[in-house]
Amino acid sequence: MISLAGRDIQHSWGKFVFTGIGLGLLIGVTLSMAGIYRGMVDDAKALLDNSGADMWVVQQSTLGPYAEPSSLKDDLYRSILTVPGVERAANVTYLTMQVRHGDRDVRAMVAGIVPDGIGSPGWPMTLIAGRQITRSHYEAVADAASGFKIGDQIKIRRNRYTVVGLTRRMVSSNGDPMIFIPLKDAQEAQFLKDNDEIIRQRQRTASNPALNPPGMPAVLQAVIDSQSTSPYVNAVLVRIKPGSRPDEIADTIRRWRRLQVYTRPQMEGILVGKLIATSARQIAMFLVILAVVSAAIVAFIIYTLTLGKIREIAVLKLIGTRNRTIAGMILQQAIGLGLIGFAVGRIAAGFWAPVFPKYVLLIPGDSVRGFFAVVIICSLASILAIRAALKVDPAEAIGG
Amino acid sequence: MNLHGIHLEGLRKRYGEGDTAVDALKGVDMEVSPGEVVGLIGPSGSGKSTLLKCLGAVIEPTGGRMRLGSEIIYDDRWHIRDLRALRRDQIGFVFQAPYLIPFLNVIDNVALLPMLAGRKNTAARDRAMELLEALDVAHRANAWPSQLSGGEQQRVAIARALVSHPPVILADEPTAPLDSERAMGVIRILNQMAEQYETAVIVVTHDEKIIPTFKRIYHIRDGRTHEEQGEGRLIA
Ligand SMILES: Nc1ncnc2c1ncn2[C@@H]1O[C@H](COP(=O)(O)OP(=O)(O)OP(=O)(O)O)[C@@H](O)[C@H]1O
Ligand SMILES: [Mg+2]
Repeated sequence: MISLAGRDIQHSWGKFVFTGIGLGLLIGVTLSMAGIYRGMVDDAKALLDNSGADMWVVQQSTLGPYAEPSSLKDDLYRSILTVPGVERAANVTYLTMQVRHGDRDVRAMVAGIVPDGIGSPGWPMTLIAGRQITRSHYEAVADAASGFKIGDQIKIRRNRYTVVGLTRRMVSSNGDPMIFIPLKDAQEAQFLKDNDEIIRQRQRTASNPALNPPGMPAVLQAVIDSQSTSPYVNAVLVRIKPGSRPDEIADTIRRWRRLQVYTRPQMEGILVGKLIATSARQIAMFLVILAVVSAAIVAFIIYTLTLGKIREIAVLKLIGTRNRTIAGMILQQAIGLGLIGFAVGRIAAGFWAPVFPKYVLLIPGDSVRGFFAVVIICSLASILAIRAALKVDPAEAIGG
Repeated sequence: MNLHGIHLEGLRKRYGEGDTAVDALKGVDMEVSPGEVVGLIGPSGSGKSTLLKCLGAVIEPTGGRMRLGSEIIYDDRWHIRDLRALRRDQIGFVFQAPYLIPFLNVIDNVALLPMLAGRKNTAARDRAMELLEALDVAHRANAWPSQLSGGEQQRVAIARALVSHPPVILADEPTAPLDSERAMGVIRILNQMAEQYETAVIVVTHDEKIIPTFKRIYHIRDGRTHEEQGEGRLIA
């Protein structure tokens, strides 16, 4: 048996490779779009993995701390520690903001962590350089993606922090690099009022006779002290003892403390199912459009190539070639074009993925799905050309 | 099924219907024996191509009878279910232009049909090579059609028509694009092949140079054929 399609492709190699490359770049974009989605999911999982928590305790009826604002009193963690099965519980704050790096802004997620020892929940797990935070103020561990180096100064709100350690792949679910600073500093950055507001607040407090009873200045001082500390955090990260049942512990905390508790799978559901769901739909739209455009291109090219061979096709039919053989030739050419495109696209996507600002994760499963999608799209795209070829009257080969 | 010779009786073909109908063939009688090459000549619009298309089973006649050997092909209706297979197995076509497949080399152009029919590639190519040798183009077996001269292309086209030993060859102006020497070469080859493979050959032509080579000629005029003795002069 002879492959007409194969021989045609061999003969007009240049034409096929050229169009294949064009198509391939388009397929490369498509694979990258899928990779961006996978990267987002992977970033979300990395965020959860790197938090070192089995459970997130947040404000009642919120989806905090990543998807919605949540605030809790910062002494709550003590009572959580008493719940059976809980091994560790640590306060944490998260705030996405612009931080200053020299003369430019970097968008980052600032995490406030309790500086009470390596391995407590919320701490960066592994450093690629430097050390963990040891002092309780003005030190920071930054993700390398933020561009900071050891010894750099970070300006967050009014304070400066020295970078003492670097992490890798510690990003928020938005892909912003994380910066870890001591909890107290982070609470200040998130909850502390500026000086003018403090003065106004003091004036309001002082003019309120209930808070400033005449002749009892100590009361006013106590009230002002209590107002100016920042006893709030966004969440309490909980690590449970090995062998204990996360769902039971979560239930206990929910019932006893009237708090919202998310286990690891629930948190993943929130991040993947809610937080990046819109982006995912956006990407899905792009995938559909790219698939349609690719199909249109393949259909157009194969149709044109077929029209260029219409005379030969009439001759083939006249001398008794089966319709099936002719349809097969066109179908195989379309698929051949798709395969060239797929190979080029896969290579191109792998080549440019690292240049993207956000993580682009090309997983083999997507490549396999992309491969079958290309084959199916090319098959559908060849229908037009096949119909044109089958309509050719063999009598045309004889002419007038 | 071994079909031999072409037999036409009162073959009719009408294009269209009503006022615009054209009676291209009004009753054609024709006999071509195996091994014979006959000429079919006539003015433009006389129905030559129409007759070849009916014989080649690419258009349906309107009436009459058509036999290949003892097998009835058409008798007011097709008597053969698979016309495509009839064309593939029983009829070789040679056209005014060679219409070779541009992306196959010479030998595969010739071997194409048997290969598509599932014959072993090597067997098909051996047969193709044999024909190319007989037609004196074997040295170009691995060239692309676009690299051949017009005469060489036409010889390759003849080899393609002969490859599955068809009992009938239909040639529509096969020498039109060739100079007289090459044209004579093609006619000589058709005669040689007809004799060697017992093939009945019909050559439609306008070509004054080759008309004297036919032993028998059918004149077609106004949709009817008139048989006439030719000179049968094949200059060597
Ligand atoms: N498809 C068609 N529909 C209608 N009429 C047709 C068709 N094909 C041919 N005819 C008519 O049938 C007649 C015979 O045409 P045909 O093509 O057989 O002539 P021909 O002998 O091959 O002419 P030429 O030498 O110019 O090629 C002509 O009058 C032509 O106009
Ligand atoms: Mg004609």
